[in-house]
Amino acid sequence: MKAGVVVFPGSNCDRDMAVALRNAGADVQMIWHKDADLPQGLDLVAIPGGFSFGDYLRCGAIAAQSPICRAVVGHAERGGFVLGVCNGFQVLTETGILPGALLRNNNLKYICRTVELKVATADSAFTQDYKVGDSLQVPIAHHDGNYFADADTVARLEGEDRVAFTYGDNPNGSVDDIAGVLSANRRVLGMMPHPERASEAAHGGTDGAAMFRGLVGQFAAA
Amino acid sequence: MQEPAITPDLIASHGLSPDEYDRILDIIGREPTFTELGIFSAMWNEHCSYKSSKKWLRTLPTQGPQVICGPGENAGIVDIGDGQCVVFKMESHNHPSYIEPYQGAATGVGGILRDVFTMGARPIAAMNSLSFGEPDHPKTRQLVHGVVEGVGGYGNCFGVPTVGGEVRFHPAYNGNCLVNAFAAGLADTDKIFYSAASGIGMPVVYLGAKTGRDGVGGATMASAEFDDTIEEKRPTVQVGDPFTEKRLMEATLELMATGAVISIQDMGAAGLACSAVEMGDKGGLGVKLNLEDVPQREHNMTAYEMMLSESQERMLMVLKPELEAEARAVFEKWDLDFAIIGETIAEDRFLVMHNNVVKADLPLATLSGSAPEYDRPWVETPAATPLADVPQIDAIDGLRALLASPNYASKQWVFEQYDSQVMADTIRTPGLGAGIVRVHGTDKLLAFTSDVTPRYVKANPEMGGAQAVAEAYRNLTSVGATPLATTDNMNFGNPEKPEIMGQFVGAIKGIGAACIALDMPIVSGNVSLYNETDGTGILPTPTIGAVGLIKHADDLIAGTVRDGHVALLVGETHGHLGQSALLAEVFHREDGDAPHVDLAAEKRNGDFIRANRALIDVCTDLSDGGLALAAFELAEAGNVGVILDDGATPHCFGEDQARYLIACSFDKAEALMVAAGQFHVPIAAVGRFTGQDVRIGHSQAPLSELAEIYRTGFHTAIG
Repeated sequence: MKAGVVVFPGSNCDRDMAVALRNAGADVQMIWHKDADLPQGLDLVAIPGGFSFGDYLRCGAIAAQSPICRAVVGHAERGGFVLGVCNGFQVLTETGILPGALLRNNNLKYICRTVELKVATADSAFTQDYKVGDSLQVPIAHHDGNYFADADTVARLEGEDRVAFTYGDNPNGSVDDIAGVLSANRRVLGMMPHPERASEAAHGGTDGAAMFRGLVGQFAAA
Repeated sequence: MQEPAITPDLIASHGLSPDEYDRILDIIGREPTFTELGIFSAMWNEHCSYKSSKKWLRTLPTQGPQVICGPGENAGIVDIGDGQCVVFKMESHNHPSYIEPYQGAATGVGGILRDVFTMGARPIAAMNSLSFGEPDHPKTRQLVHGVVEGVGGYGNCFGVPTVGGEVRFHPAYNGNCLVNAFAAGLADTDKIFYSAASGIGMPVVYLGAKTGRDGVGGATMASAEFDDTIEEKRPTVQVGDPFTEKRLMEATLELMATGAVISIQDMGAAGLACSAVEMGDKGGLGVKLNLEDVPQREHNMTAYEMMLSESQERMLMVLKPELEAEARAVFEKWDLDFAIIGETIAEDRFLVMHNNVVKADLPLATLSGSAPEYDRPWVETPAATPLADVPQIDAIDGLRALLASPNYASKQWVFEQYDSQVMADTIRTPGLGAGIVRVHGTDKLLAFTSDVTPRYVKANPEMGGAQAVAEAYRNLTSVGATPLATTDNMNFGNPEKPEIMGQFVGAIKGIGAACIALDMPIVSGNVSLYNETDGTGILPTPTIGAVGLIKHADDLIAGTVRDGHVALLVGETHGHLGQSALLAEVFHREDGDAPHVDLAAEKRNGDFIRANRALIDVCTDLSDGGLALAAFELAEAGNVGVILDDGATPHCFGEDQARYLIACSFDKAEALMVAAGQFHVPIAAVGRFTGQDVRIGHSQAPLSELAEIYRTGFHTAIG
């Protein structure tokens, strides 16, 4: 699998994402935010965590206007795979690739903690190595992870089985405990928790590794 | 613009004494310009010149085969093998944090991160030692919220994991909180950058954010006591921009890789003045600056303001001129300013021009090297009053009281506001002993701790100073690490008072002796004096930050207790209750002496732990709160009950030093007892981990009940 990790000036989980993808067997290259085009032949674009443009204005809002994001939108429209984690999820909602928005945590504080995630669907390249209802331990680290969408959108996401993960014990006020959502074609996943921080034994947990394994494995098989 | 005349009032408002002003006249042989007066004030204040502390800092041990760079540069550097080194320092941002908690704390973190990456190291870990007034003091809650959010706001965005730290409360900090920020970075030993300029006619380049009027006079403010005019000092606090700092770090490391950097220095306290003089002085060169070329954020800035601004996220560099284009391209890539603002010159001269007008023309080496140095009078701290009788207390009641206190309750409320896992190399998050990160791409681990027990230091500065180092040594040892070196952040009151100076001198003696005995040389540090408000000083607080190395991940001790584990106590227990946590929290007394620190025993017991780590499943050091608190913390972390056989108050809550609590299987416990005999280390089985209750002597409570108190105590008091 050929994967690209987008680097904004304030990305700080870009290396972590690249390491997790490489450990799963992907061929990874870094992509600078000022580039207007993606490298040829990418299967996956990953948008990592961090503070893309300092989280000024709104988390992900400035990044969504960057040259590379126009290319990412095109990639998604052509049916390419996109993974957005934490700030990456915020960027994906700001570009409109995924519905909804990430509001400030309901306790108004930054939260860094390992939380329980429940797998809500196994029907995606990202979650195919899990079973619905699996309980995972995955760290979160964000100030603005409170997922919000209007009632119709939430009903549609749930009706179309597009909620990928929910929180066991909702840490941030997200509507219907939603921690991650899929696009209509199930090839774009945005999630607040950090699977790349739970992908090696040294992290104290490897529950996130199956996501990278499943995703990369899909291309190895093809 | 008309510059103010040099009057006695102006001199005094610059924090310069009449004697110091006379010295300036001697050096330059004429009245200084306004800008020159500002520069002298910036260079000679306590914060920058260490004029009261230098004499004593020189006595500290700073050498060792592991030391690559000791104090005097931006940070200390220690070898960790395989051509790699760890670069670290701790620094205070006390005064600004009290005035403006969020920005004060944030820029404290920013400053220390800059110190680390200026030397070519990518920051890989941060810690913070925070001291606040009593929890119900009207200012405390606001300070805690602001400081914690500021620390998190900066470090989280920058992208460095915060893996440790301390938070304490005591009425002595009501008028002066302490914010001590630690950062460590990783570099290759052959790619370290220093500040000494070299070469004549080399361009002096300004990097990073633009210069504004924020922080003008900050270092001078931080060198004075507080009084009721404190609100007026808010404009001296800088405003942080962690997003710019992150870009500055990436750009600086990228720039260093191009080979274009001759020398580099961050602009910290006293800004451009201090960094330019330091680079020139260390290289034996003069520096000429053209201030009109300084990137400016505000209009009509004067030379005085530009020299003294403490605007954040800025660096000064001496550039190899032939690589200017490459260097400029790196900064353009990261959208940061890159401006040639001067050059190195052969004469010993600090020449500051602004629009072709000479604003300052000073002998550079003298300016830097002639800062006053004081041998302040000091008096030995009187021997502590003997400990009055301590009543016996039900051990569970005593434990409950400690757990409910924000001093000993879980600090998760604080630590969860810090990103402890960014970089995906964190092995142990903050909360229990040392924080640990993996050296990326290797099997090596680095452990970090920050320690001091200010009550001890007040009662007995020398013993308290030694104890801070010993506790750091034990915290590193408890995870299986070999302590490498130390950074000291000395926070004290007004050094012009002989009793305060006596505390400082005593603490330095104790720290020095302990660093020698435990082979943890001081490689960097910072002194913060004048932590007083309306004449009342803080508890003497020499914070010790220390770094340890675990050569192979297999040598890490980081298990959790399991049902059936034996509880072994290493070290001698006499039941020392003087200045103990129990005394302070339960009986509201702070009497008696600090516990005695036997450095030979510390070394021996630490070596014993490291030599036998294969037999040790879980280990923690015993510090304030004694055996009962340590056993509870292990039980809570493992969600297994604990039984301690002896419920006597001195046994449970005594704070004798050189002790560890170990949990391991019965078989390993037997082997450890044998090994302890060979090491001549006292060891005793004191109980076991089992069930779901905490039982101490004849008293007991469900672990879940105590854990609830422990987990909510901090939030209840402060949240």
